[in-house]
Amino acid sequence: MADLNKCTISELSEKLASGDCTSVDIVNDVLASIDANDGNVGAYLTIDREDALAQAKAADEKRVAGSSLPMLGIPVAIKDLLNVKGQPCTCSSKILEGYVAPYDATVISKLREAGAILLGRVNMDEFAMGSSTENAALGKTSNPWNLDHVPGGSSGGSAACVAADEAIASLGSDTGGSIRQPAAFCGCVGVKPTYGRVSRYGLTAFASSLDQIGPITKTVKDSAILLETLCGHDAMDSSSIEIEVPAFGKELSTDTSLAGMKLGLPKEFFVEGMDPEVEKSVRDAVEHCKSLGAEIVDVSLPNAKYAIAVYYIIATAEASANLARFDGIRYGMRVDGKDPADLYAKTRSAGFGQEVKRRIILGTYVLSSGYYDAYYKKAQKVRTLIRNDFTEAFKKCDAILAPVTPTPAYKKGEKTADPLKMYLDDILTTPTNLAGNCALSLPCGFASNGMPIGLQIIGDDFQEETILKVGHAYEQSTEWHKRHPSL
Amino acid sequence: MKYEATIGLETHVMQKTNTKMFCSCKYEYGAEPNTHVCPTCLGYPGALPVMNEKAIELICKAGLLLGCEINPYSKWDRKNYFYPDMAKNYQITQADEPLCLGGEVTVEVEGEMKTFTLERIHQEENAAKNTHVAGASLVDYNRAGTALMEIVSDPCMSSASDALAYMTHVKQVMQYGGISNCDQEKGQMRSDVNVSVKPVGQKELGAKVEIKNMNSFAFIQDAIEYEIDRQISVLESGGTVVQETRGYNPDRGETFTQRTKENAHDYRYFPEPDLMPVKVSKEQVEQWRSELPEMPAQRRVRYVEQLGLPEYDAGVLTASMDVSDWFEETMKHTKNAKAVSNFIMGEMLRLLSEQGLSIADSKVTPQKLAEIIALIDAKAISTGGGKQIFETIFNEGGDPAAIMEAKGLAQVSDDSALEGWADEAIANNPKPVEEYKAGNPASINFLMGQVMKASRGKANPGAVMQMLKQKLDA
Repeated sequence: MADLNKCTISELSEKLASGDCTSVDIVNDVLASIDANDGNVGAYLTIDREDALAQAKAADEKRVAGSSLPMLGIPVAIKDLLNVKGQPCTCSSKILEGYVAPYDATVISKLREAGAILLGRVNMDEFAMGSSTENAALGKTSNPWNLDHVPGGSSGGSAACVAADEAIASLGSDTGGSIRQPAAFCGCVGVKPTYGRVSRYGLTAFASSLDQIGPITKTVKDSAILLETLCGHDAMDSSSIEIEVPAFGKELSTDTSLAGMKLGLPKEFFVEGMDPEVEKSVRDAVEHCKSLGAEIVDVSLPNAKYAIAVYYIIATAEASANLARFDGIRYGMRVDGKDPADLYAKTRSAGFGQEVKRRIILGTYVLSSGYYDAYYKKAQKVRTLIRNDFTEAFKKCDAILAPVTPTPAYKKGEKTADPLKMYLDDILTTPTNLAGNCALSLPCGFASNGMPIGLQIIGDDFQEETILKVGHAYEQSTEWHKRHPSL
Repeated sequence: MKYEATIGLETHVMQKTNTKMFCSCKYEYGAEPNTHVCPTCLGYPGALPVMNEKAIELICKAGLLLGCEINPYSKWDRKNYFYPDMAKNYQITQADEPLCLGGEVTVEVEGEMKTFTLERIHQEENAAKNTHVAGASLVDYNRAGTALMEIVSDPCMSSASDALAYMTHVKQVMQYGGISNCDQEKGQMRSDVNVSVKPVGQKELGAKVEIKNMNSFAFIQDAIEYEIDRQISVLESGGTVVQETRGYNPDRGETFTQRTKENAHDYRYFPEPDLMPVKVSKEQVEQWRSELPEMPAQRRVRYVEQLGLPEYDAGVLTASMDVSDWFEETMKHTKNAKAVSNFIMGEMLRLLSEQGLSIADSKVTPQKLAEIIALIDAKAISTGGGKQIFETIFNEGGDPAAIMEAKGLAQVSDDSALEGWADEAIANNPKPVEEYKAGNPASINFLMGQVMKASRGKANPGAVMQMLKQKLDA
C-alpha cells in the first residue's frame, strides 16, 4: 500500500499528472483504509465500491485521452444530504430510508464535470441538526483522534473520513457551523462559503437562508481547489449570486507574508467558559499571524451574543416548513393511518428522531399566530444588527480571527442530555451564517488530551480569497496540518 | 326587520403560461397523470423553486386591466398546511406584499352601472388534483405548481347578481387580456365567496361565512342566494350566524359546514427564503401597459363606430372572446360586417348551442363564411340558400360553391324564367292582385311567395319583386 489515501488533492494531482499513480490506485488505497479503519471511525453510511472503481477507471481513461480536469480522478466523500442520482440520500434519518435520489445536486454535477470520483456517503446529524453527529439515526461516527470523542457535527462523517484518511476530501454543509466545527474537532480544514456562492440545488434543506455547501480537506490549498469547483451561479437556485469565481487554488503562493493585511480580533468571541487551551492556541495563532506581517486590530461584534437565540428561532422556523415534505406520501418511510392526518402523524413520529422533532416543534411554535412578531420577526431584526456588526468590523480589517468552538471535541454522551448546552457550542460559528459572509476553519494546535483545536478566519461577503490566503500563509508556516491521528 | 348582504369574492385564475410557476414542467390538461412532474413540483428533498417570469408579466397585465397599482417590491411567503395535494406541505404565495394592489371594475348590473373595488391580486402555485376512489386517494401532481393568481375583491357587493356581473367581467378581461382561458370546466377559474348579512343600516358587518371553491357561475349564484336566505332566517329566529367555512352541494342547492372558526388553520406564514423579492420597475410596467390588448368595451365601440353594427350585435359578438376573435378573423375576408354578424348571431350560435360545441370546433371557418356571404352578395344564391350551405358545412364540412352546385341552390335571375313564374302567379291569384291594385302594397308578398315556391327557392327575390311590380304597376 502506497498510502495514497494520506495524500492531499494537490499532491495526488501531481502524481496523476506525472503518471506516478492512477486514480484506480488512489481509490484502492482509500477503500483499503476504509476497510481497515471505518469499523472504528464509522464515517460512511453507504459506499458503492464497484461504482467508485468504475469512475476511477473512467477517469484514468480520460487522462490518457489528454484530459486534465482540476479534480480528475480524486475521490470525494459526500455528506448524506446531497442528492446524487441513483444513490440513497438519507440525511441519516429513518424517514428517508429507501429513498433513492432521482437527480444530481448542482455541486454533484460540478464535481462530475471536474472529473472527481463520488466515493460514498458519509454520516451526519439527522437533517444536519446537531453538533456531534450523535443525532444520527443510521450510523455512529467517532473522532479519529480519539474514538471516545465526538467528531463534531453536523458534518461529522465528512470531517472524520478526511481526518482518518478514508477520503481525500469531502463535501459538508454549514448552517450554523456544521462544516467549521467538525473540521476543528477533527483537525481538518473547512470552508463555509458566502451565502449565494455555492448553489444549494440538491442540498436537502435544513434552514434555507443559512445553508451553504463547502469543502472539508486536509489543507487550505485543497479547500481552495475544491471550493473553486463548487462555486458559480446556478439558475436552479434563486439565492445563488451571479459573481465571478476567482481561481482560488492558483492564487495561493509559497509566499507566507501577511504584510499589509489587517486582521481583526473581536473581544466578544473569547467567551466566558472558554477552554483555556483553546484560547491560548488561538491567541498564539494571532501572534503568529502578526509575526507574518499582519497588523492586528480590535473589532467589536456586540450583537454576536444574540446569535444563538436568533439562530435557533430562524433555523427552526425554516426547518419546520422544509421538513414538512417528509410525510410518507411520495417517498421514504410510510406508516399507514386511517386518514392522511393519521398517516402523517404516524410516519413522522416513527421517522424523525428526538432532536429533529424538538426543532420542528420549536419552529412551528415561533411561527404560530400570536407569537410570530415576538419571535420570528424580532429575530430577523436582530439578524440585521448582527450583519451590520460585521459590515462595520470589515471597515477596519480584511479578515477576523477567532476560535471556532469554545472547547475541543468532547466525549460522546457528554452533552446529549442537555440540548441547550450543545446549542451554546455554536456561539462562535452561527453569527457568520446569520450575516451570510464566509469563514474558514483550520488547525492551530492540540489540547493536552491530544484533541485538535481550530482557528476561525472570518471574511467579508465574497472574500474567500482573503481568508484562504491568510489560512494558507498560517498553515504553510506551521506544522499542525502535518499531524495524522494514529488509528 | 330588513336585512342586507355583503359579499366579497376570492377568484383563483390559472394563468396561460407554458410552464409551471416554479419549475419548467409543462402544464397540459388531461395528460396522463403524473407525467408532467419533476423534483421541484413533487417536493423532493433539495429541489428549489425558480420564478416563472411569464407568470409575473401576466399577473401584472391582469392587474393593469383591472385598474390595480403594480407593487414595485413584492415578496413570497410560505403558507403551511398538510394535505396530499400540496407536495411540500406548504404553498408558495404572497401574504403581505402582493404584486397588484387595489383596482376596480365598473359593470352593468340589471341596468345600473356599479363599481366594485379590488383589494389585491397575488401570485401563488396551484395544488395537485386529488381523486378519491374506494379505499384510496389518488394524487395527480400534473397540476401541482401551475401558475395561479388570486383576485381578491373588497366586500363591496350586495347580491348574487352583483357577484355574477363582477365575475363575468373578470372572466372577459382575463380572456381578452390573454391572461387565462378561464375554462371553468377545467378548473381554470374558481371562486371562494364571503357572505355576511346584517340589518339594514347597521354599520359593522355580520359574521363572515366563506363558501369554498366553486367553479360554475350558476352554482355561485345559487350558493349566494341560499346563503343569504339561510343567514337571514338564522337571525330572524333569534340565532347568531357562526363564522365558518362552508361548502356548496350543487345537487341539493345547499351550503354545508366544513370548518368552524375554532378549527381554522394557523397557516404560519413566513417569508419564503428560497426566492428573492420581485422588483418591477416603472419602465417595465409602462412597457406591459403598452402591450395590453383591446378589451371588449373597446371592441364594442369599434364594431359600432367603424363597422356600423348595431349596439346589440356588438354586445353579442364580444360577449365571448372566442366568438369575437372568430368574427374579426372573418372580417379579414369580407367587408359585409352585418352579414357576418347575422350569420354568427343566428346560425352559428344556434348550432353551437344545439350541439354543445365551441366556435373553435366549427367546420365553418371564417374563410368559408366569407365565401358564403360573397355568393349572397353576388346574388348567386339567396340568403336562405346561404343558410342552407352554412348548416351543411357546419354538419358535414365542404366547400360553399360545390355545395351550391350539388344542392342546386344557384339563384335564378334570368328574366325569361322569372317572367313565366310571375305571369303564372298573377294569373292564378286574382284576389291579391286586386288588393294590391286597390292600394294594399303588402299583398304583393303573397305573389312573391308563389314565385319563390314555383322556383323552389332559387329565384332571386330582388329580381322577382322588381318583375312583379313592373307587371302590376304597369
